[in-house]
Amino acid sequence: MAGALFSILVFPGLLFVSLFGLIAEFIDRKIYARLQNRVGPPWFQTFADFLKLLGKEDIIPTEANQKMFSLAPVFALTSVVTVFLYIPLWKAEALFSFNGDIIMVLYLLTIPTLAFFICGWYSKSLFSRIGSVRCVIQLFAYEVPLFMSILASALLADTWSLRDMVVFYTRHPYYFLFNLIGFGVSLVALLGKLEKVPFDIPEAETEVVAGAFTEYSGRLLAILRLTINVEMVVGASLLGAVFFPFGLGFGPYVGFIIFIFKTLMIMAMLSLLRTIVARLRIDQMIDFCWKYLVPLSFIQLLLNLIAKGILSR
Amino acid sequence: MPDTNKFKIPFGPQHPALKEPESFSIALKGEKIMGVDIRLGYNHRGIEKACEERTYIQDLYLIERICGICSHSHSTCFVQAVEEIAAVEVPKRALYIRTLIAELERVHSHLLWLGVAGHEIGFDTLLMYAWRDREVVMDLLALLTGNRVNYGINTIGGVRRDISGEQIEEILKGVGILEERTKYYIEVATQETTIIKRLSGVGVVSYEDALKLDAVGPTARASGVDRDVRRDDPYAVYGELHFDVITDKHCDVYGRTVVRVKELMESYKIIRQCLKQLPDGPIAVKVPRKIPAGEAISRYEAPRGEDVHYVKSNGSEKPERVKVRAPTLANVQAVKHMLKDRFLADMPIVIAAIDPCFSCTDRLISVKGVNSKNKKIITWEALRAYGIDWYRGRGIDFTKISNDLRKRLEGI
Amino acid sequence: MLREVLGSFFKKPATNLYPAEKLEMPKNFRGKLVFYPDKCIGCKLCMKDCPTGAITINKIGEKQFEAVIELDKCIYCAQCVDSCPRKALEATKEVELAQLDAKKLKVIFSGNLQNGTKKETL
Repeated sequence: MAGALFSILVFPGLLFVSLFGLIAEFIDRKIYARLQNRVGPPWFQTFADFLKLLGKEDIIPTEANQKMFSLAPVFALTSVVTVFLYIPLWKAEALFSFNGDIIMVLYLLTIPTLAFFICGWYSKSLFSRIGSVRCVIQLFAYEVPLFMSILASALLADTWSLRDMVVFYTRHPYYFLFNLIGFGVSLVALLGKLEKVPFDIPEAETEVVAGAFTEYSGRLLAILRLTINVEMVVGASLLGAVFFPFGLGFGPYVGFIIFIFKTLMIMAMLSLLRTIVARLRIDQMIDFCWKYLVPLSFIQLLLNLIAKGILSR
Repeated sequence: MPDTNKFKIPFGPQHPALKEPESFSIALKGEKIMGVDIRLGYNHRGIEKACEERTYIQDLYLIERICGICSHSHSTCFVQAVEEIAAVEVPKRALYIRTLIAELERVHSHLLWLGVAGHEIGFDTLLMYAWRDREVVMDLLALLTGNRVNYGINTIGGVRRDISGEQIEEILKGVGILEERTKYYIEVATQETTIIKRLSGVGVVSYEDALKLDAVGPTARASGVDRDVRRDDPYAVYGELHFDVITDKHCDVYGRTVVRVKELMESYKIIRQCLKQLPDGPIAVKVPRKIPAGEAISRYEAPRGEDVHYVKSNGSEKPERVKVRAPTLANVQAVKHMLKDRFLADMPIVIAAIDPCFSCTDRLISVKGVNSKNKKIITWEALRAYGIDWYRGRGIDFTKISNDLRKRLEGI
Repeated sequence: MLREVLGSFFKKPATNLYPAEKLEMPKNFRGKLVFYPDKCIGCKLCMKDCPTGAITINKIGEKQFEAVIELDKCIYCAQCVDSCPRKALEATKEVELAQLDAKKLKVIFSGNLQNGTKKETL
């Protein structure tokens, strides 16, 4: 009981994933800055930002719905931290797992987006409403390719459980090559989930001031920003576990290092993608996702189906 | 039942997309723009009135500070008008130096615009690169004039500083570096997919509309209007230099980007010609402090378009009336037309594409009704009394406030 | 764009690490003014031409003048430098002039009545 509590709250639960999230934000901003020929923030910047926000006053507008305004960020943070408990990190066993947990993970990943929508909608300010509506519209565009490419990978392994999938790929190490198209598609779709350029439309600073988070300040804003950072870590670990399930049989310490390395590589790729493109308009984004990403993930599904048929013979 | 999909959002006066305050009140339906209400005047500082209280030499520095990026444009335009009234012949070397600084300022302004446009479409990398290269031209200007903005190179009758041989070397080196980088930016602007997607088809003003709405500068040239004061009404030494006026047929923000980036290349050509043809001679003539009575209009092609100054003198040391018509005032009327049936996401880039400089824009303009037949001339005293009454009617009494402030300051 | 961006990753950043590294201003940069009292003849042309009234010339003795320059009013245009017929004013390269105490922004340049050396007081 105490062991489970420790795992949920400290390692690899809330405390570890929050710290990793803050470090991940620092690494993302540093890489972004270096790619732009700048110096970038010092190592303690994200911790300082978080602590500073915790010390500021929470200003809740009088017209906003007080309860929903204060509760929505907490929902968002809880769901992303819960997802982390189901991802196999450095052994084939995640902290908890059951058959069908892939569906639950993907479902839990949708909750932050809906929580952001609630944040913006119940703020009752004009910019928040526009931002929150854009958030949900964007959900329609990137969710389908993301789900399909992850499920295509699960299809090849013939299971709905992350643990069994990882075990399957560890037994056949070269099968991950089938999933590379899916990896590309889900990397781009993950940019949509994390609301980073080119898909940072809900939070476009030059159009709607901060989108759904316009009215937030103080501790609630700290929780929201922590949620975004943890989402990045969770997304990167999920992609790492699904598409590159290596290094899971080497024991806890080596496995841990390999896990950190995999996650950082995927985050570096996300930062690189963030640097070289401009922001799209919402209609262009939906066009792009449905015209290019969805057909590619269909091709990936078909490929995996054919491969499964051939390989099981 | 009221349509809950329709609402008005305030874009300004304070907004992260605007570098300077101006109020655009947008009527939205979902993401589509139904109409825009523009209100100017948030940056009005009373410069034209202040010019009448200062001598011509002091006015030079005041006019220069109307705007940070077009400062040399305003200063040169003003000085040209005063020199025309005083009927002085400015030496050739001074005119060449003025042209050189003018083109360097154009380079600076267009590189700044490139960065700002990148930022408005969410492409921060372009912002960082363009502004890094802008440092090259700012260092050159600091070397030549003594300051990075607000150059203060003009004086009535010529320029204040001369160029030495090693400064010419530095300029040529700097221009060489910038030419390489500009070629790269032309490539990025024309070939990068997301940029083309965001900029094409946005902010369309056809050729006829550009003529009707009186657009000036790169905004008009991107719609095919072939107007450039440097060629049509040459001032300084533009009559002796060879350069092309860049026009484009795209009529949208993409066209304006292409026009500005290609104008950068033309500026490098002009700078090289200036340096090669620089004649020897004095850099200023002495002009008496009292300018004879007269009036003059002077035009100048600022980086944003045509800048017009009118100066009226009455024989004393201080001008009687100075009027400034900045290019953004002419362009801002086209913004309403450009935003018809577009999306909210296009708003920042459309405003940024006319290269707004609202500090230049806000002068006193009187708007008459479309069909009104009577006009009223309001004197300074009446205007001041009107202002005091307006505030008193809202419960703010400035006399009382200034007395309180004085008492408190004396108490320190 | 990709190649350029990856190339920048390995180059030195273009940022100046101010205030750890201070940049040198170019020659003839228009910074804080300095006044030579032994050259001044008291014509007050600088006061006439100053756009903001930042410089005041006071007579402190027979052919001895002192200048009071208000750093917060000065716009560093150096018009007074050009107007002075005896070159008693000069622009230096000093640009870090921010102060917390408003009284420190009034700089007085006056000479020693005995031997005319420049003395600057704040």
